[in-house]
Amino acid sequence: MTWDYSDMKKWGWQKHPRGAVIPQAGTADDYKTGGWRSQRPVLDKEKCINCFFCFIYCPDTAIVVEEEDMKGFNLKHCKGCGICAHECPKDAIAMVDEIKAKQQDEAASA
Amino acid sequence: MQRTVAVVGTDAVAEAMRQINPDVVPAYPITPQTAIVETFSEMVADGKVESLLINVESEHSAMSAGIGAAAAGGRVMTATSSQGLALMWEMLYIASGLRLPIVLANVNRSLSAPINIHCDHSDSMGARDSGWIQLFSENGQEAYDNTLQAVRIAEHPEVKLPVMVLLDGFIISHSVDRMDFLEDEKAKKFVGEYVPENPLLDAKNPVTWGAFDGLYGHYFEFKRAQQQGMLNAPAVIKMVGEEYGKISGRPYGFFEEYQMEDAEFAVVALGSAAGTIREAVDNARCADMKVGMIKLRMYRPFPAAELVQALSRVKAVGIFDRSDTFAGAMGGPVFVEIRSAFYESAVKPLMSNYIYGLGGRDLSFGLIEKAFSELDDAARTGVVKEKVNYLGLREGEVE
Ligand code: SF4
Ligand code: SF4
Repeated sequence: MTWDYSDMKKWGWQKHPRGAVIPQAGTADDYKTGGWRSQRPVLDKEKCINCFFCFIYCPDTAIVVEEEDMKGFNLKHCKGCGICAHECPKDAIAMVDEIKAKQQDEAASA
Repeated sequence: MQRTVAVVGTDAVAEAMRQINPDVVPAYPITPQTAIVETFSEMVADGKVESLLINVESEHSAMSAGIGAAAAGGRVMTATSSQGLALMWEMLYIASGLRLPIVLANVNRSLSAPINIHCDHSDSMGARDSGWIQLFSENGQEAYDNTLQAVRIAEHPEVKLPVMVLLDGFIISHSVDRMDFLEDEKAKKFVGEYVPENPLLDAKNPVTWGAFDGLYGHYFEFKRAQQQGMLNAPAVIKMVGEEYGKISGRPYGFFEEYQMEDAEFAVVALGSAAGTIREAVDNARCADMKVGMIKLRMYRPFPAAELVQALSRVKAVGIFDRSDTFAGAMGGPVFVEIRSAFYESAVKPLMSNYIYGLGGRDLSFGLIEKAFSELDDAARTGVVKEKVNYLGLREGEVE
């Protein structure tokens, strides 16, 4: 079953699942917690030893790992809590100001 | 054949629980409820039921564990009293908000302070807006019957709300009463198999319970949907009560009308007081007093329209409340609600409130007769002398 709740904001009270149950797994994927971020993690791959501490500790599953290699962050879900930076044994993650990072992104893409 | 027994009220509830055989019973002891779970835990230890009994560290935990177990897909029951119900407070709202059909027997007892272990309805009256269905019992038989019916009502797909079965502390819970128990087969067939909705333990269909609603904000819609369960409940309670009548010979409705056909005045009461009042009505009838009684069984949802219909024929009504609202001069909760129910009615009787029995104060025939004679006067003269009366209160002189 795929639960289509794309227009949930328009639903009347009769349409919601009883007792506020979410009748499908994985809907957190649609919930873009990245918008909460005021600090952004930045990876220094030179220092990283692929220990995956960051992967284990990240509360939003926002550490991207491919073929046993730590690749960076899923910024749609990373809420900038800084836990990964705190736990990294090699100080390979720095937290930078999100607004500045965004401005730099924009300047780079312009 | 039903089994005729003489047992205390707590054993009557425990016997219903044995026949229901719930999946999970998380419980914490409190006087006068303790005996229910004590008897039930013996049944668990003796292998007479398959229920998982969880000894928790508080009533807050009892209801929390119950909510978890019910969300997991289990049929859940528990029991409490007084401070225990008060400690469950925040979880009561979560059980009803999540639409979990948990059944709770509450043995009515006063709330501290001062500390008192005896009967009044302060505990469950405080929970009257917690979204639970509330069914009052007059005696052990009704506590047993209500417990069996509660499961059916709670689990009905049109309702899906938790149900509180109420029985008066000590007066019912610790008094030996003659009563009839259904045969196990019949009771089990009546209660039926539980088919949970969206159980957490169904690993093939993973779901989330109790998620945060805040950012999109649909709380309002969920609360309206919850009210719909209450609005649907009367029809289900009636249907279940009639069906239960067919198998037991004891049909149930929203309330019982006693000697109401030609009554000129009436009283409304909940719980064990109705038994004493019924006798007092019989005595008064011998003395040519035209009095009737309504014994209210279904307190939540509140059968407003039906009560108005039943009471609009009499000239005066005395509402008996075993708790107070502390809202100033408004009177007890049953009084406030019956008065409100009559607001649109063109024909309405005179109404007065009798707050009685707080902290287990005895309701004697003498006190009921006093109320009858005041109501009789009101019916004759068209004047209510005192709107809110404290029946049985000691009123000494102040030096
Ligand atoms: S900052 Fe927090 S949310 Fe973002 S990747 Fe690190 S641990 Fe995860
Ligand atoms: S915790 Fe640090 S070193 Fe370990 S994988 Fe993450 S970034 Fe690399």
